[in-house]
Amino acid sequence: MRDVVITGVGLVSSAGEGLEAHLTALASGGASNRDAETFAPFTVNPVGTLEWDRQIPKKSDQRQMEAWQRLGCYAAGLALDAAGAKEDAALKSRMQLIVAAGGGERDYAVDGQILTGLAKAENPGIFLNERLMGDLRPTLFLAQLSNLLAGNISIVHGVTGASRTFMGEESSGVDAIRIARERIASGQDDIFLVGGAYNAERPDVLLIYEMGGFLWKKPYASVWERPADGGGMILGSGACFLVLESREHATARGAKPLAVLAGVASDRSRRKAGSVEGALHALSKQLDAKPDLVLSGATGIKGITEEEQAALKDIAPKAAVHATGDLVGHTLEAQAATGVALAAGLIAGGKAGEALVTSVGHWRGEGAIRITKA
Amino acid sequence: MALRDQQGRPLVAVTGMGVVTSLGQGKDDTWAALTAGKSGIHRINRFPTEGLRTTIAGTIDSVEVEPFCAPMLSERLAMLAAEEAVGQSGLAQEDFPGALFIAVPPVEMEWPQREALAEASGQTGEVTYKDLLQAAATGRFKPWHDLFIFGTVADRVADRFGTKGSPISLSTACSSGATAIQLGVEAIRRGETQAALCIGTDGSVNPESLIRFSLLSALSTQNENPEGASKPFSKNRDGFVMGEGGAALVLENAESAKARGATILGYVLGCGEKGDGFHRTRSSPDGMPAITAIRQALDDAGLAPDDIDYINAHGTSTPENDKMEAMSCTAVFGERMANLPISSNKSMIGHTLTAAGAVEAVMSLLTLGTGRIPPTINYQVPDPAIPLDVVPNVARDASVNYVLSNSFGFGGQNTCLVFGAEPKGA
Repeated sequence: MRDVVITGVGLVSSAGEGLEAHLTALASGGASNRDAETFAPFTVNPVGTLEWDRQIPKKSDQRQMEAWQRLGCYAAGLALDAAGAKEDAALKSRMQLIVAAGGGERDYAVDGQILTGLAKAENPGIFLNERLMGDLRPTLFLAQLSNLLAGNISIVHGVTGASRTFMGEESSGVDAIRIARERIASGQDDIFLVGGAYNAERPDVLLIYEMGGFLWKKPYASVWERPADGGGMILGSGACFLVLESREHATARGAKPLAVLAGVASDRSRRKAGSVEGALHALSKQLDAKPDLVLSGATGIKGITEEEQAALKDIAPKAAVHATGDLVGHTLEAQAATGVALAAGLIAGGKAGEALVTSVGHWRGEGAIRITKA
Repeated sequence: MALRDQQGRPLVAVTGMGVVTSLGQGKDDTWAALTAGKSGIHRINRFPTEGLRTTIAGTIDSVEVEPFCAPMLSERLAMLAAEEAVGQSGLAQEDFPGALFIAVPPVEMEWPQREALAEASGQTGEVTYKDLLQAAATGRFKPWHDLFIFGTVADRVADRFGTKGSPISLSTACSSGATAIQLGVEAIRRGETQAALCIGTDGSVNPESLIRFSLLSALSTQNENPEGASKPFSKNRDGFVMGEGGAALVLENAESAKARGATILGYVLGCGEKGDGFHRTRSSPDGMPAITAIRQALDDAGLAPDDIDYINAHGTSTPENDKMEAMSCTAVFGERMANLPISSNKSMIGHTLTAAGAVEAVMSLLTLGTGRIPPTINYQVPDPAIPLDVVPNVARDASVNYVLSNSFGFGGQNTCLVFGAEPKGA
């Protein structure tokens, strides 16, 4: 099996743009940019205004995307830049792509108008047909389709080896990295772009998680503090992409690895008391993890967050533990890649020797990723 | 015979198949109708169609779910197909010894749920998402969180069959079903698993989904005669017809399948894929990505173009797809393309979108098993620009050892699979 190294990171979130900005924010205690007003009573970590032109040069491309796709496309461009791959068309034409994504987005004004009218409509079915036919923007569909973030990355950045999009909330982010790593390690492919994007500044996604009772509605508290007060998530807008390649491939093209992606493990426990703690023990054992650094994707949900804390005390008793949720909010499909990016940056900067990135999904799915020195 | 392929990788055998389409539940019913040239396309009765440009589809109306919505129907179709497939394989029904790869349609809350939330909010004036959020805060709608997140269909299928590890839910748009199979093949070849349950499912014919495709001018509007609307490769083709379906394949390392005495239904010999950065909904004018995907699939299978006996086409019946597919196949197969049978199941089933690649994989394997090629129906007006042997209107018996199945999708997705009755040189 071949070593798989991380040679590029592209990261955007409420903490800023690029790996350095995030490492600085993390070092300063993660005082993060949060917005408790716009979607009150919900707090979100908003992404600041980005200069889209820098990574998505054509306005026509920007217009064809909604926020989650623009964020992802932007972060993918940053990762290609960081890996020294952006200008190499031949390399990008054989670069493989896995995106972890949900979907959306909606036209909130149109939805509201239709709901208002439906209540009074003589024939609701016909009213719905007429309004949707008349009011939906044809191109909105392409901004909703899950696989169109990958499609946009192919169009804007020319990454055209082949793409596949994994869905399924947090787990999809871990499994995207896992499958990319396996394909490189086994020799099937040399280089992958992998990651995800999430837009939290959307009432329709807040709605899904509020229906389930998963959102934190009190003044800010860290993910570790929230369970004692009922628990809950603070969603964050952001995106993270990683360039992964075999060590030989990186060496041959003169790319300097930040760190080694030593292993990725994931599973789906049947959630009951103790199952998350057990799963994290099993996954870290499978990875033979001995971390001195932990990047936790903890959500702040009651029960599973305390179980993760308890497991980490055994697995990594002396490790520094950072919750990516406290830095950037919970970015669902992008959370695992964000943890890997930060871990790689800290290891490359000599701040740690081995890191464990955890991902305990808010509802299902457990994952762990081991990062070591290059 | 060797149980490894020419590259030394484990051979991947198919030991179970299941399918449900608008033509019938189960592969026997579907296959009988498909080879009889019957259409499953009909007028939509599920919701009012007044005001729509397209009023026909290949919906599956015999399967009831509650609440009725795309994720529930998609889950049920996946379950039905997987029960048939796992049953045929002889593997444990509730302790499947391998991973799950499932192509699912992107899900989101639908209009009946939005209306229920609006009503529960008590808002009698202008409804906004603020009102829906207030209704959500009551906790009365908790099950809809699970219902409308993306990983739930896979989770429930994994629970039902006891598949191992983290299930993969995926989309490559209209080639998703083929990608699910490819991911299973690769996991077996890498030795991560001895078996994989690969599923494509789609039960998403609802007003908004239909209207979205309609607004992109992708759908046929020839509503007068529903059964005649899907006309792949015909000169008068004018768009695809949405369909619903589910299909499942049990893939196994051929060695472990033989060791347990399983009946091998065929082999997945090759997978090819290539991205296209030309446009969101149109393919590169030179056809290079599709051509590359086909060539890769043949190379991966260790076959030459001349080895292929039949092509199960993507054949959507859109002006663009069928022209591009004919061009790409001609580039790979050359002059032989005039006589190489290529037919489209979508002429009868419609385009089952996320499920299509898996449905068509099952049909390709049935062609290998029975020596019967299903026709392309509604082929009355040949398109002189794409002279093909589309197996017009009537099924044909032929000696078929190797089948190529094409799948192409929005977002530059091109995925091709090669199936064989036996590996070459066996």
